[in-house]
This record gives sequence, C-alpha cells and structure tokens, in this order.
Amino acid sequence: MSLVEIQGINKSYGTVPVLKDVSLDIAKGEVVAVIGRSGSGKSTLLRCINGLEPIQAGSISVDGVRVNDPGTNLRKLRQEVGIVFQSFNLFPHLSVSENITLAPRVVKKQPPEEARELAREVLRRVGLEEKLDAFPSQLSGGQQQRVAIARSLAMRPKLMLFDEVTSALDPELTGEVLKVLESVAQEGMTMILVTHEMGFARRFGSRVVFMHEGRIHEEGQAAAVLAEPKTPELQTFLSAVLH
Amino acid sequence: MIRTFSYIDVMYLVAAARWTLALTATAFAGSALLGLILAIARISPIAPLRWLVATYIWIVQGTPLLVWLFLIFFGLPLIGISVNPWLAAAVAFSIYGSAFLGEIWRGALVSIAKTQWEAGASLGLSTAQQLRYVIVPQSIRIAIPPTVGFLVQLIKNTSLAATIGLVELTREGQLTAAGTYQPFAVFITVACIYFALCFPLTQWSRSLERKLDVAR
Repeated sequence: MSLVEIQGINKSYGTVPVLKDVSLDIAKGEVVAVIGRSGSGKSTLLRCINGLEPIQAGSISVDGVRVNDPGTNLRKLRQEVGIVFQSFNLFPHLSVSENITLAPRVVKKQPPEEARELAREVLRRVGLEEKLDAFPSQLSGGQQQRVAIARSLAMRPKLMLFDEVTSALDPELTGEVLKVLESVAQEGMTMILVTHEMGFARRFGSRVVFMHEGRIHEEGQAAAVLAEPKTPELQTFLSAVLH
Repeated sequence: MIRTFSYIDVMYLVAAARWTLALTATAFAGSALLGLILAIARISPIAPLRWLVATYIWIVQGTPLLVWLFLIFFGLPLIGISVNPWLAAAVAFSIYGSAFLGEIWRGALVSIAKTQWEAGASLGLSTAQQLRYVIVPQSIRIAIPPTVGFLVQLIKNTSLAATIGLVELTREGQLTAAGTYQPFAVFITVACIYFALCFPLTQWSRSLERKLDVAR
C-alpha cells in the first residue's frame, strides 16, 4: 500500500489554476524528487500534502488518513509529516534545543529531560550536537537548515517534505545540507523533495516527477528520466538547469 | 482664607500623584486585559468577530476620552446605575486604552511572518499553541516600545479624571490653586510632577526602541 496517495487533485488561487488533475502514489521508503520551473506548482503540491494549502478537488491521503477531509485532525497528521522550508523558519526567539523540543514537549507532552535528550540525538544526526544551546541568529544558513531538519526529525515523522531546502543557501553551504538529506534518505525515510539539485535527485531519488504548468508532465525512475527525458519540455528544462 | 503656596502644599501634590499612578495602573491593567482579547479577535479567522472588534476600535478611537468619562459618570446614573468617580474613571480609561493597545498589539502580532505560524502548524501545534509559544513571544519585543509610549499618554490623560471630582494630581492642583490663589506656581509644580513621571518612561521607551533596532 502506498504511504501517500494523491488522486486527481485540483487547486487554484482565486481563478488561477495551480494544480490540474495531479495524481501521484508514493510507496514507503521512496525518495521522490519533484522538479520543474518556478510557478509549475511543485511547492504548492508539497504544501497540499500536509494540509498547509487546501485543495478544491481530488483527494490526498497519507498513511490512509485523508488530508482534505474536514473531519481529519490536521494536527495529528502534521506530527507524522515533517516539512522543511526554503527559508528554514526556525523560531528566532528560541535556542536550537528549544526549537527542537517545543513540539515534542507541547504537542507530545514529553518530559523536558527526555526532550532534551531527543534534541541531542537529532542534532547528532545532522552533525550539530555542539550547537544545542546556540540561537538561530548565531548559525550559518546551512547550520540553520540542518537544525530545521533536526527539528522535523524530532517528531519521528513517517514522511518528510523538503521544499527547496538548499535554494536560499550560498553555494558553499548546500553541500552540508545535501549530506544530511542523504543520510536521512539512507535511513529509509520516505521523502518528497522539491529541488533544483539534479545531482542529488539522480543519486538518491528513486523517482523523479517533472511538473509543468500545474500537471505532472513526465515521471519515472530517477536516473532514467534525467538521462533520457522523453518530452521536449523536460529536455528544455534540464538543459536550462544543467548549463 | 488665603494661605501661601508652600513646601507643605508641594508635599500634598506629590502625595496626590499616587492617585494618578493608581489610576494609571488600574486603567493600564484593564486596557491590557481587554486589549489583548481585542488584538487576538482582530486576527481571528472569524470575519464577523474581526468586523465587530474593528468597529469598536473605530468608535472608541474616534470619540474623545472626556466624552466617555462624562457618559459613564453622568450618563449611567440616569438609567439607574450609580457609579463612583473611581469606577467611572477606571471603566472609561479601560475602554479608551483597550482600543489603542488592541491596535498596537494587533500590529505587533501581524508583523510576525506568516511562515512562523506555518512552521508551528507544521509541527502539530494548535493555533493557540502557535500564538502562545511562537507568535506572542516574538511580538512582545516589537510591542514594548509603543506600549510604553502609550503608558505615557495614559498618565497624562488621567488628569481628565479631575473633571469628575477624582482627587488625583490635577484635581489636587486645582484645589491648592483655589486655596492659595497662586495658580501659576501650583500648576508649574503639577507639570513638573507629571514630567518627572513621564520623562523616564519616554527615555526608557526610546532606549528599548534602539536596542530592538540593533537586534533586528
């Protein structure tokens, strides 16, 4: 059974359609790279999966739970679907450890000691254990993004969404974030990444989904799709991003 | 009998200033409590609630405080509710203050990026938890300087309570002036006492603003 089932969803902002009849199934453990031009709807698709954006038609379910059902407890769902944003969105008034432990303490009612241990553990996974008591403003962009990933991991999600997580970073800082993504992928996490990192998509993506004008235009096994794009739109896109 | 304005009168004025401070404190507490509710209602997803609160704020901000004071002190007894000057002043100042603090605090709340709400929501926090742990702590930093500025306005505006017979600093000044027939000396003293109360607050507000600018 698929972990994520997206069936025929439509979404528009006012009268502007952003997603048109998008369907996508993602199995547990898959790493799916969503690529496409800006404005093709890829980030919107991602934000629909954890219910940050409502959809007008179709259905999305995660682990059997309908996201777009008014009766669904979105808070419960979001504890199991982590999302990491382009602009990190750490809480600037909280230390690294407080950023990470806020949701475990407040939402999952973990005792503070246990939560702090958890923070230490997830920070170790992103290689920033020594930054436990630092504040976001004291960290580089790459470090902030790694903390954001750690914050998501601390909720022990079943699925993680990554929305252009390296796009706001200086080129020399993307490497450290990609390394963390790789290790998360290798641990077997189901991941959906909106990304411009074709190299990462090729090496770690089990699948590539190319979006164009609000539709899934081409998809398939990552290495194959990237090596031999079938549609002229993907060919144009790839030659534009690779050169 | 006319006496001379003397040291003892100055002491009486200083003593009366405590009622100015007490009224300010009461009015600020009432304004803050009501203002917080208004600020949150103003950003609530329920549109009619937002409109209702916005209308309240427009009405209060568009009418003089003195009129509210008269309305409550002289108006309410006519419909059978008798109020003493203290209660009337506390209620009028709280109504007035809540409209201003509500707007100041609403501004502070909406100045926090939408992405902070999203980050909280994405971690499974409820709307109340997002407010409590993410949005409010960040907006307090932004809200403090204008809130202190409002407090200075409030201290000065409490002098209006003299008109309904509440013996605070200004009213005490009026009484002293009537007794000594030296209004110039008396009201300069009164002004100095107000200044001594307000000036440190203004300076504090300025220094907070500078500090927060540096932190940005």
